[in-house]
Amino acid sequence: MSNLSIEQKMNVSLSINGREVEAEAEPRKLLSDFIREDLGLTGTHVGCEHGVCGSCTVLYNGAAVRSCLMFAVQANGSDIQTIEGLAKNGEQHVLQQSFTECHGLQCGFCTPGILMSSLEMLNSGEEPTKQEIKEMLSGHLCRCTGYTGIIAAIERACGIKKCKEGDN
Amino acid sequence: MKPATFTYCSPSTIEEAVKLLEEYGDTGKIIAGGQSFIPILNMRMSEPECLIDINQINELNGVRVEEGVLKIGALTKQRELEQSDAIKIHVPILSEATPYIGHVQTRNRGTVGGSVAHADPSAELPLCFLALDAEIVIQSIDGTRKISINDFFITYLTTEVMPEEILTEIHVPLSEHTGYAFEEFSRRHGDFALAAVACILSVDEIGKVDKVRLVLGGVDAIPLLAEEAMEYLAGKSITEETIERAVELAVKDADPDEDLHASKEYRVHMAKVLTRKALIKAYNRALGKEV
Repeated sequence: MSNLSIEQKMNVSLSINGREVEAEAEPRKLLSDFIREDLGLTGTHVGCEHGVCGSCTVLYNGAAVRSCLMFAVQANGSDIQTIEGLAKNGEQHVLQQSFTECHGLQCGFCTPGILMSSLEMLNSGEEPTKQEIKEMLSGHLCRCTGYTGIIAAIERACGIKKCKEGDN
Repeated sequence: MKPATFTYCSPSTIEEAVKLLEEYGDTGKIIAGGQSFIPILNMRMSEPECLIDINQINELNGVRVEEGVLKIGALTKQRELEQSDAIKIHVPILSEATPYIGHVQTRNRGTVGGSVAHADPSAELPLCFLALDAEIVIQSIDGTRKISINDFFITYLTTEVMPEEILTEIHVPLSEHTGYAFEEFSRRHGDFALAAVACILSVDEIGKVDKVRLVLGGVDAIPLLAEEAMEYLAGKSITEETIERAVELAVKDADPDEDLHASKEYRVHMAKVLTRKALIKAYNRALGKEV
């Protein structure tokens, strides 16, 4: 059990994109701000800061969550994945390729969050229906493209992943 | 949009948590999933002195069946409820209702107990548990008490859980072969419901209504148990006529607020539409028909 007095900082150690990090955070520091300001990973965007827009979505122990609705101290000991962990060795992730291919983004502000939710879906190993993709996307606001390209991109990525697994 | 400062405690047992609650009284607040509470903190509508994070209390997790009662730990994630086979088999109304709670990204973190204790009158789980005639288990430093959900909700965001208490479990009595239905309407998927209805219904051997529980959401300060409609329907056949009468009785006490999303009249209208749909669906399911 840990008790902390007001404004006293707490040690937060977690794994971010496979890298172990340790930093200090005030209890009230949101995970989204911690990721951006303390870990310097600004790919996680902050939109509404009250859980509506979905742009700050990250994977917390594999599950897509809004990082503005968690405190950094709550993520102590967890495994966090952000958009920075998607591309490997300079090569885009299949989701990123698909979003490029299918015009799944325009200004790009909402895209990191959408990619992280899509990654959870992709990791589940089940090929989602269009309706399931739409329901997942209901947790994200995109104000530029409309969602048609985004849905197509996710369908493509899930299809490709399935093909690849089939080949093995 | 940043919370005010607070002291953070992360107890690992219920005993530690209730001790902290006793210590901090009104100035301490429990945080579970935080999917409603952290927005409130971020907007500084609440500035508690101490946050008691119960996420490390493993004994509050999980779903189990014991002696004909389904016991849901307060910390069980809404997403887990949605995907649980035990829930699908024993209490399918919960599997039907959970996809309406926010979005998958909030259900991954939001908890069952949190939703019930938060007591938003348009929230899905309070409606379902009231329809299911559940019991709420509450613990404090003085011990454990059980309270019927019929007496649980007081008004907006206010329940029988006292400042020094913690909601630990929800108990749902299991019964076989019952009809059920959950219906909701909101402007966009995942938004707060403009109106919602939960219904549990069973029939006797000649197809007349045996028992029925009907709950309306979003039309009053608390989930509204439509007692007059329930009494009226008991022992009756389900016909167009009895349904219409039940629908009128169900919304008799509905007194929804008006806001920019919908007028009072529209909410009552939607409550009627959804009540009708829910009754028919629950009745057909009770008869074993596909819906």
